[in-house]
Amino acid sequence: MNPHDEHKEGIGGMANPGRYGIERVAYWLMRLTGLGLLGYFVAHIYETSNILKGRVGWEEFLALTQTTEGHIFMTLVIGMCVFHTVNGIRVMLGHGGVGVGKPARPDYPYLPASQNARHKMGIYSAIVLAAVAMMYGMAVMFGE
Amino acid sequence: MRESHIMKIHYGTALAAIGLVAVHILMRLTQGFAESLEYESVIANYRFLPYAGLLEIILILLSIHGFNGLRVILLELKQGQTYEKAVSYGCIAAMIALIAYGSRTIFMTNMGLM
Amino acid sequence: MAQSYEIDEKKSLTSKVVTLRIARFNPEKDSDTKFMEFIVNVEKWTTVLEAILDVKQHFDHSVAVRYSCRQATCGSCGMVINGKPRLACFTKVSELQSEVVTVEPMHNFPIIRDLTVRFDRLFNTHHKVKPYLIRDDSEITSNTKEFLQSPEELEQFIQFSNCIKCGLCNSACPTMATDSSFVGPQALAQAYRYVADSRDKGKDTRLKIIDESHGIWRCHFAGSCSQVCPKGVDPAMGIQLLRGYMLGFRS
Repeated sequence: MNPHDEHKEGIGGMANPGRYGIERVAYWLMRLTGLGLLGYFVAHIYETSNILKGRVGWEEFLALTQTTEGHIFMTLVIGMCVFHTVNGIRVMLGHGGVGVGKPARPDYPYLPASQNARHKMGIYSAIVLAAVAMMYGMAVMFGE
Repeated sequence: MRESHIMKIHYGTALAAIGLVAVHILMRLTQGFAESLEYESVIANYRFLPYAGLLEIILILLSIHGFNGLRVILLELKQGQTYEKAVSYGCIAAMIALIAYGSRTIFMTNMGLM
Repeated sequence: MAQSYEIDEKKSLTSKVVTLRIARFNPEKDSDTKFMEFIVNVEKWTTVLEAILDVKQHFDHSVAVRYSCRQATCGSCGMVINGKPRLACFTKVSELQSEVVTVEPMHNFPIIRDLTVRFDRLFNTHHKVKPYLIRDDSEITSNTKEFLQSPEELEQFIQFSNCIKCGLCNSACPTMATDSSFVGPQALAQAYRYVADSRDKGKDTRLKIIDESHGIWRCHFAGSCSQVCPKGVDPAMGIQLLRGYMLGFRS
């Protein structure tokens, strides 16, 4: 099929965070963290199933994760988890029509009420909280 | 099933999981992260029925939420009747398989069948 | 391959020279998009559409562009200008603050030629959400009264009536970028416009239409549609308010 048939922007256009502000960044991060967390969740279920192999099996597998790389990976998971949770709550409230503004006659320059400071604060809070949680996670894991 | 019902389940599982996963993580932190991962500690957690129940509920909630999220992303990436059916049924199958695999660990450890 | 032309006439003391890059593509002949470059003189009030028409008038009248009202009312001249969907008649070259202005056809619409795109999908999805009042009686039926509405009731939807069907929202939407079956922000905002109208009785019908696997639930509130809307319609708000009905936040 001719790629120009539908002239869809594709994943590259969907991902491009440069043109549409922090809201598009949040959209893209939400997807990435969601996929990352699903991957971690599947791996975690496999990881914990090693308990069925007894003490030796559990400790052998645990040794693989208790490394610097393993801790860095866990730090990333903590960050993904916090961002996905906080931004997810913001998105869910938005989906219910909460905090998206009220319909009103638009005036030039037509700043959209739905792209308001409350939601922007929600996104920045999600990023900051994720960073704080990652630092706390690193302190716990590397501190021991 | 209507898409609105699926998405209500998606939101519901997310909200429920937030609270339960928080308890799960707090259990690691209150015990001390490294100590909580020791064999005896993990076995004790699994044998404690309310905690095993909590793990089972988290497993179900996150499997539903995660694989529905994956379904949504895949449905938006490509379209077509066969592809969409394959994605929907594939995600349901993966979800059931993961729940079954995780439940096996929880039940067998809880009952001491290792 | 880029081709370059320069307009020497119409220079004034206040004019500025910019490079206008126009995407050229004919699906019947070309395999890929090429850009032609034109050096044009612009004043601070010159719109992108005027610059394109300047090129058509002086150098290459084969550049395909759709336009009509030149005052952001007809919604014909939507195109991607320096990477963002905008109305060419509503975008001044000076506001872009760039020496190079690149114009391309809107994304997520099939190209007819150069800057013109097909609107079939937008009109189909618009039609799909039943963009008209649904009720059994009518104002023109004898013995019925005019459907009165308070100013407060009007405020609930008047913003969404400003839609000019230019398609910029659909072009900016990240879901539309990959999903060929998605209803799109334009149609969903129009669904809200009628659902929120106190004279309308078709709420359940419309909510059922958009409650499908490529319906309202594929909107993830990225808000790009609202950021590019040239009429202040704010489709993202309309969609979330509409979804509020489905989630039980609104009645």
